[in-house]
Amino acid sequence: MIKVSNVTFHYGKDRPAVLKDIDVTINRGQYVSIIGHNGSGKSTLARLLNGLLLPEEGTVEIQGLSTANEEEIWKIRHKVGMVFQNPDNQFVAPTVEDDLAFGLENLGVDPEKMEGRIRDALERVDMLPYRHTEPSRLSGGQKQRVAIGGMLALHPEVLVLDEATAMLDPKGRRDVLDIVKRMNEEEGITIIQITHYLEETLNSHYIYVMDQGQIVKEGTPTQLYQNPDLLRKLGLDVPFAVDLHFRLQNKGLVGEGFSLTSEGVISALWT
Amino acid sequence: MIPLIPIGQYMAGSSYLHRRDPRAKFIGTVIFLFLVFLANTPLALGIVAGAVLLGILVSGIPISYIFRSLKPVLWLLILTAFIQVLTLKKGELLLTIGPLSIYEGGVKEGVFITVRVTLLMISASLLTLTTSPIRLTDGLENLFSPLKPFRFPAHEIALMISISLRFIPTLWEEADRIKKAQMSRGANFSTGPLQKRLNHILSLIVPLFVQSFKRAEEMALAMEARGYRGGEGRTRYRRLEWRLGDTLFLVIILLIGGIILATRYL
Repeated sequence: MIKVSNVTFHYGKDRPAVLKDIDVTINRGQYVSIIGHNGSGKSTLARLLNGLLLPEEGTVEIQGLSTANEEEIWKIRHKVGMVFQNPDNQFVAPTVEDDLAFGLENLGVDPEKMEGRIRDALERVDMLPYRHTEPSRLSGGQKQRVAIGGMLALHPEVLVLDEATAMLDPKGRRDVLDIVKRMNEEEGITIIQITHYLEETLNSHYIYVMDQGQIVKEGTPTQLYQNPDLLRKLGLDVPFAVDLHFRLQNKGLVGEGFSLTSEGVISALWT
Repeated sequence: MIPLIPIGQYMAGSSYLHRRDPRAKFIGTVIFLFLVFLANTPLALGIVAGAVLLGILVSGIPISYIFRSLKPVLWLLILTAFIQVLTLKKGELLLTIGPLSIYEGGVKEGVFITVRVTLLMISASLLTLTTSPIRLTDGLENLFSPLKPFRFPAHEIALMISISLRFIPTLWEEADRIKKAQMSRGANFSTGPLQKRLNHILSLIVPLFVQSFKRAEEMALAMEARGYRGGEGRTRYRRLEWRLGDTLFLVIILLIGGIILATRYL
């Protein structure tokens, strides 16, 4: 369980607060999205979760371990894997398998056991055939899959994706999100996805909407999408199908409710 | 696209030389470079040349590939040979063309220095041709790790080299992208007065630097997020194994050294 209690954070003393009194509890095995426009504080919140940043007020706890404790931070970083936005700037080693080994080496894993864990992690992100490939020969989506693989090799309990799909093409984005969904459903890994694309939150169980360092709205996708005007006011793009449904509803062409996919709109139209 | 120059120029293979421990190859190459300078008679130099030739044959790397690595220093070679030939006034006078006179000793030295530098270059590129950059940095880290108590940052240097190598293609691509972006805004990198061209090159270098700093910062963050906390307590995925063949390799090189030393007293 992840518990963020009453957290406040500033970058520098006399700068405005990036996070104001945040309270979030995320249960094990959940798929949670944190959404907000640029500068809403969502990435800062992500960085507090594995102790890359420390809160000025309040506490961040991951299964009872606190990021305030210097020694516990390193345990937390192996429980909470983090994938960043730029695929290039998180690839450390000259080949895919060496990059997966990097995290294991940091953890001090017995070299005898690395081989198996690397192979297993690459298989789970469908990158085993690229094992000996150099990063310059991979697409952005493939590099992000390697980054996720690098986390999986460490057997994490939580995976934080900090706008991990923002720099990818549609196919790369879909591949990464599919893998993330699979990790959540099949292996029970808790997913915390930071994004500013509302479409990407369709898979999640619960969504937090952030604005100006605060959580301004939260709920399941179904609950949130019922108020597209509010989302739009917060600078977020409403998914096409959701938007279409509401426009049709305003004209009285479809009934109450909403659809998350175009198929949903179509079936709403002829029933 | 700016053509990518081969970095490290490693050629994958499984020859005797490829399979050697990178530490053995590194030590062996250093000893060998000394031998090239110790060899000061035609016989000794002949032996060294023979050993290099044997090395090339064993490595299975095409000769043409090896000579390609000599290309960048070709002019340097020719120039040093000329200077030797023209300035050294030893032995018999062979030829006089106007103010220039060529002596026997000069020709001899000229040939010697050319052969020496060629052999140096070939033996050094044999090391990089048969050893992948990863293995080479691993080997160097391992060789220099005994110096750690003296605050020699062996692990940090090895990591620095390997991250730099990994980023060369990335930065190359970026330079190309910036170049095209600046060209589309009217920058001209290939014609015009030198001063103007230098200014345009600046418009390429500054953004490249700014980007590199940004990358470095993000990279540091990503490394920390993956639990990197320096060399302390780390294990290594790639292990180095010193085999009998590696000892044999060094013994062979030392033997060649012994023979060369012996020829000095013949």
